[in-house]
Amino acid sequence: MKKEKSNISRRDFFKSGTFIIGGLAVTSVFTPFNGILFATEAPKGKGKWYGIGIDISKCIGCGKCAKSCKLENNVPQEPFYFRSWVEQYTIKNDGSVVVESPNGGIDGFTQSVPDEEIFKSFFVPKMCNHCAKSPCTQVCPVGATFETDEGIVLVDEKYCIGCRYCVQACPYGCRYIHPEKGTVDKCTLCVHRLDKDLQPACFDNCPTEARIFGDLNDPKSNINYFLKNHTCMVIKPHLNTASKLFYNALSPEVR
Amino acid sequence: MENHIQNLHEVLSQVEGYVYPNEIELNWSVLIVLYPYITGLVAGAFILASLERIFKVHILKPTYGIALLTALSFMLVATLPLVSHLGRPERAYEIMITPHLSSAMAIFGFVYLWYLLVVLLLEIWFDYRRDMVIWASQSTGFKKSLYKALSLWTTDISPKAIALDDKMGYIVTLIGVPSAFLLHGYVGFIFGSIKANPWWSTVLMPVIFLFSAIVSGIALVMMIYIVLSKIRKIKIDMNCLDTIASYLFYILVIDFVLEGLDQIHRIYEAEESFEVLHKLVFGKLFYTLFIFQGLIGTIIPLVTLATFQFYKPKENIRKPIYLITAILVLIGVFFMRWNVVVGGQLFSKSFYGYTSFKIGLIGTEGYLMAAVWLIVPFLILGFLLWLLPPWKKADSEPEISEV
Repeated sequence: MKKEKSNISRRDFFKSGTFIIGGLAVTSVFTPFNGILFATEAPKGKGKWYGIGIDISKCIGCGKCAKSCKLENNVPQEPFYFRSWVEQYTIKNDGSVVVESPNGGIDGFTQSVPDEEIFKSFFVPKMCNHCAKSPCTQVCPVGATFETDEGIVLVDEKYCIGCRYCVQACPYGCRYIHPEKGTVDKCTLCVHRLDKDLQPACFDNCPTEARIFGDLNDPKSNINYFLKNHTCMVIKPHLNTASKLFYNALSPEVR
Repeated sequence: MENHIQNLHEVLSQVEGYVYPNEIELNWSVLIVLYPYITGLVAGAFILASLERIFKVHILKPTYGIALLTALSFMLVATLPLVSHLGRPERAYEIMITPHLSSAMAIFGFVYLWYLLVVLLLEIWFDYRRDMVIWASQSTGFKKSLYKALSLWTTDISPKAIALDDKMGYIVTLIGVPSAFLLHGYVGFIFGSIKANPWWSTVLMPVIFLFSAIVSGIALVMMIYIVLSKIRKIKIDMNCLDTIASYLFYILVIDFVLEGLDQIHRIYEAEESFEVLHKLVFGKLFYTLFIFQGLIGTIIPLVTLATFQFYKPKENIRKPIYLITAILVLIGVFFMRWNVVVGGQLFSKSFYGYTSFKIGLIGTEGYLMAAVWLIVPFLILGFLLWLLPPWKKADSEPEISEV
């Protein structure tokens, strides 16, 4: 029996082969540009996509959020390491601004400005903004910090080399180097609690419900209700980090 | 650890205004000042060497070999302060194995290796191959085997082989010049691309880094050439020195203009961060910026070199002045790196206050460690000059001893 000759000539094989390999090469060249657009990558799928709301008009500066965060997550007790802290803003009559956060607000606040000089004063709880175009994940040289499919920015501490580039890149001061581990540490949105259908510690411990949290993809979620009914703003919007921490009643002095 | 926390408490008591609590600790310290400084010296020294090779500025011949070996000595040390500064230095290799491509820093390992292996080592190898073959035949024992190994056991020194070496060396240098630009422009990008930090985030940063790198590299080679000639009791080729000085002058002018432009732009735009930076510059950075970088490192050398462009005093006056100028420029560029790296971390990203910088004498982040990383390249250079003396090369020009 005569052996049937293959239809594909060697020339065709090389032609299509080159085309496929070239195509792959070109695509891979363009992939990093996604990285530029989204810092890491575009959100995937229609699953949960967490967002955070903080109502400044409800915050009483008790510091329970900061304290519970330290206890829940074994954050070093020294006043240089915070995943969550509270700032006290005082706008004076002359327009000058005084910001204070003694021990991150854990021990409460005292007002250092005399009453008659105060125009207004309020508290601003701070934490990781879990940005969708997070500059910190963009700069990590090894990819140890990443955004999960749920929109949570996490760090793999077994992988982090402790170069501190992400600490420099975070515009909100939300990262620190763990003094014992030598790796970077930050808010995880208590992902270990989320896995058990519990709220993050700082949300659970807020006595005035100033902190709201939920799935931005779910139109009926708390966070979407909050966003719909308040005029919310993110901090440093000009940096285009796609922050997912939305504040109600945010004063322009807050940075 | 205890010490570290104690230090931070001390810094906390010196905080002015408000800084985010995580910002009290200054994350990139003197070792990260050294990193752009040392890579800059490498790039600058190489560019000076390539002037001779590519642009045929033969008057620079006496410094060609010195410049190449200087570049190599500093290149070998360039990554060490960086790695020793990591929180987990034992994981440093991850940056090469699993680089995260959207990170400016991830590419450093590759740029570094490209520059070290492909450009510097190859160029030096092609340049010295014939001499290593000759030296191997003239020496005995260990040195003989060392030269043999370094020449990769090649023995062909026929005119044809030498012509090929020369051609290959030329091609490598041709690749090397853009690579040197890439190496240091890239280091500038690491800082310039951080949008969170208004002191760093400027599109001019890579260009400024590049030109200050060239300035520092030229000054370094100038200094080494003068000191080396003194040690070897050899007469300095004043034509060569004058030419180097004029290059230093031109590049220094460009560097000064670029940095000035950057500052004028900041002042005129006066963005949100202007007040905090203004106070920073006239406060915590006053001495390092205006005195060390500006006056000592830029204005005095500029005026001196400009004067020498049209009025040249006698040789024995010019020589020490060139030496001092080179040292001043080196100090100035060091403080330029300092002002960028440390200055960029002294103010809070809230723009409401300042932290302070405290550094000890000892410890992995101390001044002594930094001094070690600055001295080691000179020791390596000493060894390389002993092993591969440019003045003993077959094609080197005869030197005149100083009486």
